This record gives sequence, C-alpha cells and structure tokens, in this order.
Amino acid sequence: MKFGVVVFPGSNCDQDCFYIIKNILKQPVKYIWHKQTNLDGVDCVILPGGFSYGDYLRTGAIARFSPLMKQIYRFAQKGGFVIGICNGFQILLEAGLLPGAMLRNKNLHFICKYVYVKTETNKTPFTNLCGRNQILKIPIAHNEGNYYIDKDGLKTLEQNRQIVFRYCNRDGVVNKESNPNGALANIAGIINKNGNVLGMMPHPERSSEKILGSEDGFLIFKSIAKRGKNKR
Amino acid sequence: MAKPEVYKSLELNDEEYQKILDILKREPTPTELAMFSVEWSEHCGYTHSRNWLKLLPKKGKYKSLIGEDSGGIIVDDLAIIFKMESHNHPSQVEPKQGAATGVGGIIRDIFTAGAKPIASLNSLRFGPLTQAYNRYLLRGVVDGIQFYGNCVGVPTVGGEIYFDESYTGNCLVNVMCIGVAKKDKLARARATGYGNSIMYVGSNTGRDGIGGCSVLASREFKECEEKRPAVQMGDPFTEKCLIEATLEALATGYVVGIKDMGAAGITCSTSEMASAGNSGMEVDIAYVPRRESNMKPWEVMMSESQERMLVCVTKGKEKEIERIFSKWDLNAVVIGKVTDDGTVRIRDKGKIVAEIKARSLTQAPAYDMPHKKPDYLDRLNKLDINKIPEPKNYDETLLKLLGSPSICSKKWVYEQYDHMVQTNTIVLPGSDASVLRLKGTNKAIAATTDCNSRYCFLNPYRGAQIAVAEAARNLVCSGAQAAAVTDCLNFGNPERPDRFWQFKNCMEGVADACKFFNIPVVSGNVSFYNESPKGAIYPTPTIGMIGVINDIKRVCTQYFKKENETIILLGLSKEELGGSEYLKAIHGLVKGDAPQLDLRLEAAVQKTVQEAIKKGLVSSAHDCSEGGLAVALAECCVSNNGKIIGALINNLDFIGRKDTILFGESQSRIIISCSKKSAGKIKDIAKNFAAPFRIIGTTGGKNLKISSGRNILINLPIKRMFDKWTNSLQSSITA
Amino acid sequence: MLNIEIYITLKKTVSDPQGLTIKHALESLGYQNLEEVRFGKLVTIKLNSKDKKQARQKLDEMCRKLLANPIIEDYSFKIKEA
Repeated sequence: MKFGVVVFPGSNCDQDCFYIIKNILKQPVKYIWHKQTNLDGVDCVILPGGFSYGDYLRTGAIARFSPLMKQIYRFAQKGGFVIGICNGFQILLEAGLLPGAMLRNKNLHFICKYVYVKTETNKTPFTNLCGRNQILKIPIAHNEGNYYIDKDGLKTLEQNRQIVFRYCNRDGVVNKESNPNGALANIAGIINKNGNVLGMMPHPERSSEKILGSEDGFLIFKSIAKRGKNKR
Repeated sequence: MAKPEVYKSLELNDEEYQKILDILKREPTPTELAMFSVEWSEHCGYTHSRNWLKLLPKKGKYKSLIGEDSGGIIVDDLAIIFKMESHNHPSQVEPKQGAATGVGGIIRDIFTAGAKPIASLNSLRFGPLTQAYNRYLLRGVVDGIQFYGNCVGVPTVGGEIYFDESYTGNCLVNVMCIGVAKKDKLARARATGYGNSIMYVGSNTGRDGIGGCSVLASREFKECEEKRPAVQMGDPFTEKCLIEATLEALATGYVVGIKDMGAAGITCSTSEMASAGNSGMEVDIAYVPRRESNMKPWEVMMSESQERMLVCVTKGKEKEIERIFSKWDLNAVVIGKVTDDGTVRIRDKGKIVAEIKARSLTQAPAYDMPHKKPDYLDRLNKLDINKIPEPKNYDETLLKLLGSPSICSKKWVYEQYDHMVQTNTIVLPGSDASVLRLKGTNKAIAATTDCNSRYCFLNPYRGAQIAVAEAARNLVCSGAQAAAVTDCLNFGNPERPDRFWQFKNCMEGVADACKFFNIPVVSGNVSFYNESPKGAIYPTPTIGMIGVINDIKRVCTQYFKKENETIILLGLSKEELGGSEYLKAIHGLVKGDAPQLDLRLEAAVQKTVQEAIKKGLVSSAHDCSEGGLAVALAECCVSNNGKIIGALINNLDFIGRKDTILFGESQSRIIISCSKKSAGKIKDIAKNFAAPFRIIGTTGGKNLKISSGRNILINLPIKRMFDKWTNSLQSSITA
Repeated sequence: MLNIEIYITLKKTVSDPQGLTIKHALESLGYQNLEEVRFGKLVTIKLNSKDKKQARQKLDEMCRKLLANPIIEDYSFKIKEA
C-alpha cells in the first residue's frame, strides 16, 4: 500500500506519520505538498495533525481550500483511502468529506494526555485488525476536539455504523467522566458512508511504539496496510 | 550635542555618552544613539555581568560548542544545541504574549544554529496564588506557552514552577529549547565574504517592542501599565513556516551565516553578525518590508517585531534562497551586502543614517560593580530548632506540604502543553527529568531545569552549587550522565551592592560546582533588575542541564513500579531545617542556612545510581528535594498516573527530631526501589563508590507508613495523598 | 470605499462554553441581571467599491464559503460608506 502524507503550512505531525509508515509499518510513503495538483499514485492519503494555517479563523477552514484538496475529494469519491488525524480530521469536516463540525474543548483548554477509546466497529478498513469493542490506549492533543453534529446527523451516523471510536475509561465504560472534551456521544472518530474516509482526534502515530507508552494506535496502520494487501 | 534628557531616556549615562563621542569623533545621529543604547544595554551587552561570566567553565566530558547565540555539545556525529532565556518583564506586563514571544525567541536561537528544535522546557516563578494578580499571571503565562509551543510543533516536555512572595510584582519566565543537528551541518551567526548578500527574511517590521530590551530588561518595575506598548505579539504559525524554510535554506549550502532578529532587532543582528565575522555590512532599510507607515529610520532599527531573521547569502544565490522562503509565504529580500571595512553602515533610501565600527557597538563597556554582604543575612542564618514547635499531626503536615503549590502536581499545567509531538518523548512530564530519544541512534537526551532560590537567598554561593548538584542528580535519576549546562541568571538591581553580592556569589557557586562535575556552561542569559516596589527577587540562577543516556533501554523514572520491592536510601540525613519548604509552609519562616553540600558525597551517590541503572538493577530512582524524605517517598507512591503503590518505611536509622527526619532537606539523597535480588548488588556498587547505603523499607499496600523505632510518624492512605497532590493546583488557581 | 463589519457567532443550538465562562466572570465581578452572554468573532473588511448591492452579494458568498461554518455558526454584516 502506497501512502502519501499531506503537508500544509503549519502541519506538525507529518514527519511523525511518515516515520511510522516508513520505519515501523515498512511501507512505501512520500510527502505531498498541499499545492500539488496530483496525488502521485498513492493508495492511502494521510492528513496529519498540527495547526494548518495556525488554526486561524477556524481550525481547518483555510487548509480545506488548498489545491490538493480537490484531488483528495475526487480520490475519496473513487474509493481511495483517506485518514484524517486531529487537524486532518478537522480539515475533512470543513471540506465536507465527513459530516459534522468541531467545537472548542468544553474546558476551553488544550488537552494533551493518554485516553482510552472503544472500537465500536471492526468492520472498517482501518479497524479490521481490532477485536470487537477493543479498548485502545491512544493520546489526544487538541484545542478543538468537541465533535458536534445535529440530531438527525447523529441518528444517521449511528444507523450506518459510522462511529468508529468513542472515548471510554480503562474498563471500556463510555460516560461523561471518560469524555475528555465534551464531544457529542463521546465520539472520537468516524468514517464516511462509503467507509473509505476515517477521521479521528486521537493520534495513532504517537502510540505505535512501545517505548512511547502504547502500541495500540499501530493497529490502525496495520489494518489499512492489510486491506491494501488484500485488494491486490 | 544631544541633551542629557535624550540619551538618559535611552538609559545611557554621561560616561557612556562621552565614550560614544570619543568613538565616533562627532555627535551621534538619532539612529546611531538608538543603536548604542540597545547594544550597550545590560540585556544585549552584559555590561554588569560580563566580568563574572568569565568564571564559568567551557570544557567538559563532551566537546563543547560555543556559538554566537547558543551553544551545545557533540554526541557521536550529532550536535545537541540548547539555551535558556528569560522573558520576565514582558510577562509581568502582558503574561500571554510575554511568555509566547519568550518561547518564540528561544526557539529561533536554536534553529538559526542549524539545529531542529526537538523540545522546550520552562522554569516559572510567581508570587503566592492567594493573590488574584498572581493567578492571572500563572494562567496567562501557561496560556502563552501553550499558544506558541503547541502551534509551532515543539513539544514542551518539562520544567518547574515555584511560588514565593519575593516574585510578587516581578514574575520569572525562563524558557529553554533543545535542538539537534548533524555536527557538520551547523550554522554560525556571522557575516563573511566581501560582496555576499544580506537578506531579510520573515515577518514585516512594525513598531512592536520599541525600546523593549533596553527599556524593560534594563530597569526595574515602576509603572507596569505604561510599558504595555513595549510588548510584542507572537505568531507561531509564521515561526513554524520559518523553521521549515530555514532548515531547507541551510541545506542548500548557500547560507554563509544566519541570525535571529530578537532583542534590538536589526540593530543587534547587523552589528553582531559583522562583528562576529570580522567584516562590515552595509544595508539600506528602505528595503525592509513594513507593516506600518511612516516609520522613522531609528524605529526600523529598534523594532522588535517577531519572527524575522538576517541571512548572509553567497553572492549570486539570492534567488535560490528567495524561492524557498517564498514557498512558505515568507518575505525574503536583499537589503544589503557584506563589506570589508569593519563598519556597519545603515542607509535609508541611499542616505547614510548610521555609520559605526561594528566592534565598538558589540564591545559594550564592562563594569566592575561594588558588592557587599547584606546586613540581615547573618541574623537570618541563625536558626534555633528548639524554638520551632513540632506539629501535632504529622499526617496533616505531610498532606499540607503535598498540596503546597510549589510541591504539588503540575498536571493542570502540562496537560495544556503538547508534550508528545515529534514522537520523541520517552519520559513524559511528572518525573525528575524529561527524556527524549534521538531517532536513528540508540541514545537519548535527558533534560531538567532546577533552582531552589530560597537556598540562594540564605546562602548564594551554596544555593547556586545546590542548583547545579540537584540538576545533575535529577538527570542521573533518569539514567543519564550529566553533560552540559545553560544558565538563566535572574537577579535584582546590579547597581545595589547587596544584590550584586548575591550575583557574584551565585556565579562563584555555579562555576565551582560545574568545574567539580566537569560540566561546561555552553550558553545562557542574564536578567538583572528583577525588582518590584517591595524589593528584589530571591537570587535565582536557574540551571538548565542536559544529560546523555547511552542505552535507550536503560531509562529510569521516579515512581514505584511493583509491590514488594526493596526501598533503598542512598546518602546521609542530617538534622537540618534551614530554608526548607516545611519551615516556610508550616511555620511561616524563611530562616537558617541552606542545607549542607558535600560535593564528593554528592558525586558518590550519583555514581552509584548511575551504575545501578546502567546494570538494569533499578525499578525507580527519585531524589529528595523540597519537602524532604517524606514528600519524596509520597511522590514515589503517587506520581505514576496509572498505578499508585504504597510503601512501608520501617528501617530508618535517623536520630533526631521527627520533623527533621521527615521534612529536612539534606542534600545528595536518592531513593531507589528495586527487586529484592538486586538490592545486594546495589549495596556492592554503593560500597565501591563509598556512598552511604541503607535499606529503609518495602513497596506495597494502600498506605504510606513511615516509622522510626517504635514511633509511627506517618500513616496515610495513598488515595488521600494522590487526591491532595493531584488536585491542589487547580483548586488554588480557580479560587 | 465601503467599511464592512461581519459578525460571526455560534448557532443558538450549539453550546458556547466561552460565553458562559465570560458570564460567570462578569457575575463574580458583581455585574447582575446578565440574561445571556455569547462570544463571537468580528471581521472587518475595507472594500474598494461603491456598489452596496454587489458588496452584499459578495459578502454572503465569503461568509458561506469561508468566514463562517454553516453547521455551527451564524453570520450577519453591516455595510457603511467610508
């Protein structure tokens, strides 16, 4: 599976994602500058975390107009795989590739810490190696992780099984106490209707090596690589 | 002849003005006067401190690199560049932007050396949180650090926060940054090569901070409000783009020299680059991109607008450099060229507005300041322990200490900092030192900032030595070998003999301790005039230290890991309470002498722990500092986020008052936990180094129980300690 | 020259913790009878044109496309001649 890591002005986690894909997943990977107008034949696009355009105006609001985003849109329509992590998730929401929007964290502070998320569905290309309801320990680091969607939107997400990760506690209990930022229904990650675009607030690239505190995040990269292998 | 009011308002005295007349052999133009005033200020010229900074050692175990704006060491084929700087006065006036621009400035000093910034730390000091303005400052400073640090993508991994009355009216914000580069890819802040171009890159120039460095950093606080216009606004997004563009530009090989435009902006960068390169420079400020209209030449020269750099580029390669900065939407424009006449010549639309020999600007006068031991110190140093009443309830006393703002968990703060970006942070905030892996190697860097300023107040020489010893001790506890220091020296008004006496003694303390440990001071910063109407701050020589861990599998942390492990105390406990947090928090006293320090004993204890960790024998290592043995043990129990483990301490051999056993701050003590099997091996290592060794108890259970002989001194449920220690800071802030 | 002020606020249906925090802070300073406090953004644009009708059209576009996120934000604007 060929990976492409998009770089916007202000992206911070592009090198972290690149490092995991190259050195741990050991798959071909390249950087794609946001002004490029083609995706160089990649199979999976990663929109990494960071502060694209400084998060000015609204997080992700300006990045989503980058020339490359038109290509990513077409790529996603054709079924190409897209993973948006943190700021990447925010950009996908602003671009309309995923439904809903991000609000500021309920406590109005940036939050950086390890959290637990429950894998609500392992029938996606990104979670096929996770166990049913598996609890993953992955860190978050964001100012705007408070996911919002209107009542009908939430119903649709739930009916279509589009909610992939929910914040929970160590024992898998999804409740207010285990919700770090006020996100609606503890939503930490979702996929689109077609199941090829994933957006998640926690950072799997920061929990792909034991030495950093957890390897749980790596399951997501491994899953998509496996899916890529099966495609051929 | 300029009127005295004019040059005095720029903080130049009569003698200095006369010197300027002697150098130029004529009167200075307004632009020239402004340039001298900033270059000869304490902040840029180190006029009061230079003679004493010479004491600091520059050599150590690893090869030292001492550059123009930063320094570092060589580890294998890598250069580890690091520096700490202060941004005290701007933060007191506007905490968010003051702290933010402090972070921005120190990061720029690192990447202009060609090193990729990999981590930040900060040492913060405020007045007590019982006062609303101090709460406002803490919230603002933390907000500023997270606002800038998170956006710019450099993880903020550690540091310290202290609260003391002496900082009311003058907080301290010391920021440290560490960067890594291949050792042959470093950049210098010098302009060389006749005909090479001088380019300006980065943000537009406005009237930000004009007079900031000479005005704020070189005088005391009288009226904060009036100084508000001198604070600059930071733009971390532009800085992030600047980091990427600069590293790309440096990789081309066409950059001869590069320098951040920090304090004193274009004035500083032009004169210092020319001086360092033994060359001259000619620039026309008409080419400087501006944000505001009708700026006078001296305003352009004095502006402290952020996120700008001066670059010396190989002649003919300007377009290449411009292309790179343009890609990141940054200005990059040629404003002048390198000459060979040793002169800095500033033109405005062709007309000369300043013409000064670069050397005369950068060789500010160095003053020999008078110093005198303060009268109050001898009296203050006398402490009769018998006059101190013993607490009735030791459990409550320990809880109170665990909840005191200087000791309690700083989780409320560091969870606002992205401390994981760049995926190098192996030891997260909350342990004795931060540890960062060096990707592509088997090694890691440990980093810490330390200074107990109360000790420095009671005994400047020894307090400063202790700061160095404690920093090294913290690094050793994480598995590292202490390697190099950057110092941020914060003191009061140097023109007052008692303040200068403190400075002189602290310098001697730092120098002697560093020489003893064979650790060089490779970079640093001096901040004088830290005073409020109440008086000077405690002398605060903050020590930023890095250490090298040669095997990434041998990293250690401070919290107990397993039940039923052996707890060992290395070092000697004495009956001393002077300068302790216990004396201050429980009895309201700042009295006595700083704890004794025997450098040889310190080295013995450190070497023992180092060897034991290297051999894989240690589960946890934590040093005793504020709050003494009881607080250190409590921290070992509760500071592991995932798993809190109790302890039974029943084999202390200390004879003395109970409160001195529990809360005395004797130096050079480290608490180790290890498997029962390893204890014997560690004992042998201790014997080898002649370090005092004693098994004092076992881990396990739901309480921390400390007994001496048949007396139970402490018996607290760890859950209670955990709650108090974890939640106190947030309660104090939202009060 | 037209001076334009664009106000962007969160939709009424969306929680506004900043507004709430500010309300509590004002109340703790002694200000009473605060029914509601909401927090929003102000964007000012100097438009080199005299055609108010066309400006209104363009501003609507700008707001819908970039300046406001229609899922969570409302916008309104005032146009004055300089």
